[in-house]
Amino acid sequence: MNKNIKHEGRRIKSGIHFILGNYAVVEGALAAGCNYFAGYPITPANEISELMSKRLPEVGGIFVQGEDELFSIYSVISASLAGAKSMTATASAGFNYMQEGIGYASAVEVPCVIIDVQRCRGENFATQADVMQMRWGASGDYESIVLAPSSAQELFDFTILAFNLAEEFRNPVIVMSETTIALMRERVEIPEKESIEIYKRMYTSLTPEEYLPFKAKNNSPPEFAPMGKGYHTLYTLNYRNEDGTMDWDAQGYKKLYQRITGKISENKDKICITESYFLNDADAVIIAYGSEVRPALDAIEMARNDGLKIGMLKLITVWPIHENLIKEIAKNIRRIFVVEMNIGKYAKEIERLCLPFCPVTNITKNMGIIHTKEEIYAAIKEAW
Amino acid sequence: MVQQRTNPLRKYIRNRKLPHFFCPGCGCGQILNYFLKAVDDLQLDFKKIITIGGVGCTARIPIYLNTDSLHGVHGRTLAWATGIKLYRPDLKVVIFAGDGDLVSIGGNHFLHASRRNLDVTVILVNNFNFAMTGGQVAPTTPFNSVTMTTPYGSKENTIDVCKLAVSAGATYVSRWSTAKPIQTVKSIKKALQHKGFSLVEILSQCPTNFGRYALRTGDPEKVLEWIKNRSISKTKAEKLNEHELKDKFILGEFIDKKRPVFQGTTLFKEEDN
Repeated sequence: MNKNIKHEGRRIKSGIHFILGNYAVVEGALAAGCNYFAGYPITPANEISELMSKRLPEVGGIFVQGEDELFSIYSVISASLAGAKSMTATASAGFNYMQEGIGYASAVEVPCVIIDVQRCRGENFATQADVMQMRWGASGDYESIVLAPSSAQELFDFTILAFNLAEEFRNPVIVMSETTIALMRERVEIPEKESIEIYKRMYTSLTPEEYLPFKAKNNSPPEFAPMGKGYHTLYTLNYRNEDGTMDWDAQGYKKLYQRITGKISENKDKICITESYFLNDADAVIIAYGSEVRPALDAIEMARNDGLKIGMLKLITVWPIHENLIKEIAKNIRRIFVVEMNIGKYAKEIERLCLPFCPVTNITKNMGIIHTKEEIYAAIKEAW
Repeated sequence: MVQQRTNPLRKYIRNRKLPHFFCPGCGCGQILNYFLKAVDDLQLDFKKIITIGGVGCTARIPIYLNTDSLHGVHGRTLAWATGIKLYRPDLKVVIFAGDGDLVSIGGNHFLHASRRNLDVTVILVNNFNFAMTGGQVAPTTPFNSVTMTTPYGSKENTIDVCKLAVSAGATYVSRWSTAKPIQTVKSIKKALQHKGFSLVEILSQCPTNFGRYALRTGDPEKVLEWIKNRSISKTKAEKLNEHELKDKFILGEFIDKKRPVFQGTTLFKEEDN
């Protein structure tokens, strides 16, 4: 543990601020208790590293600028295993490199937070094109938890939520940021320390002789043991038995990955968060996530003024997908619109769930710029 | 009656994991012993030692050790070591890496950990090839050697890992071989007590792959003989010219100095008003 805590009092900057989305991420991470950060320079995520390099050492945390993204993700993972609350931030191209580490963190069940500020290939324009990569970008079986903020305030709030979910489910959590919100200045309200809910990591109460590092209830993560206390835990990517020894056992392998994926997929009701707008009387529903919820809401206002009863389901948790809720909605309406900034990737997942019940229309834009409300409304009217 | 005696170093081993998977005649078992001998001689608190292996034969050494360990990702050992050491400076981090793991896929991390003088110990087992995958050419494979991916001989120059470490900024660097157990144990002890980035390169025999393909012998003794014949002490090497040193492995200590250790890219300082 870092003994040089300087100004713990400066950790949470309670009050009202007008700050960049990327800065809101940093303040959120600090409020959540982040004390280890590693990142590699990449636009449009640089402001996260820059503010972290100033703020984290100030409150006794550790900042490292890695030699690459692989260093960043792996040192974040090992710091977490050593007891830190750790985070890295990158943008799409860097997110590619981090997949390797995300695969390890998922398999070994390491809590950590990854911010991906999505950008167009090689250019810093707006996109949501990484949405599928965030789910299953690494090799091997796992399930992801991905949160999609739509404003600077939500970047703050969901970064805290990401740390909490990571600790509760012993899983990496990805915050799906975008150029749009990351580089926008907005009002951010930082609450008082007492009203910020923090999930504290639980360590085992068993002795090293009794403790089995990968023994857990069905669909639950195992308990952590502290490092350097004689629990001799082997964190290997390979298949390991409940006692942590490396081995091969076909049945055991099946069971291990049933549990690792099941702790996410069978706890959707606990993990998935959505917001509903005008669903009560809606004939049609927009499903949107990230910054696209903003023009979508404006388009709904236009439609409602013209008498079109349309509502919206905003996905805060993009992965895992809230299947039951989306199916229920699809059963009672005429059409679903999926608004997103890519070639229509998430729409395919919505089609999979909803097509037996109602048609699905993609409203996609893949030009490095967010939809306008007029564009969304025009597309709605065309299909209505 | 024959009295059963157990190796006193057995107390450091995950007994459930035995027997080990190393080939007959492999040097990894020797190196495991040398390391434990050093730990035992120094009476280090074994609970406070974290061992790290990446992927490869050498990387499997930690899975036999009764320590907290990380294993199973190729080339990222020093990234892992950094996260642990910076957050928990009270722990001693030891990395077991093969030549492929450390300087092929992990080369970039190796340069930067050396440059930063990260306070960890790296035990590099150099067996001159990618052994676990079946004997492919490595950055350490001697020029013209036949391997599974150099059927006509390797046309790549080799890397001198110790030289690389010294020039990158490592503060304790030595090279020994499995044929020099006393010197190797002594050097591991020095490395474990060294404050800063320490590297002990151990030349090791791989009879199964490097031996059979490059040296045309699967006999561990002959592979070890080959290493011994090519090895020369640092003191002797100083008197020889470049031509005479061609194809020689120089054994000895190359650097042992003090320099501030890495604690983070930037450390807090009160602003002057």
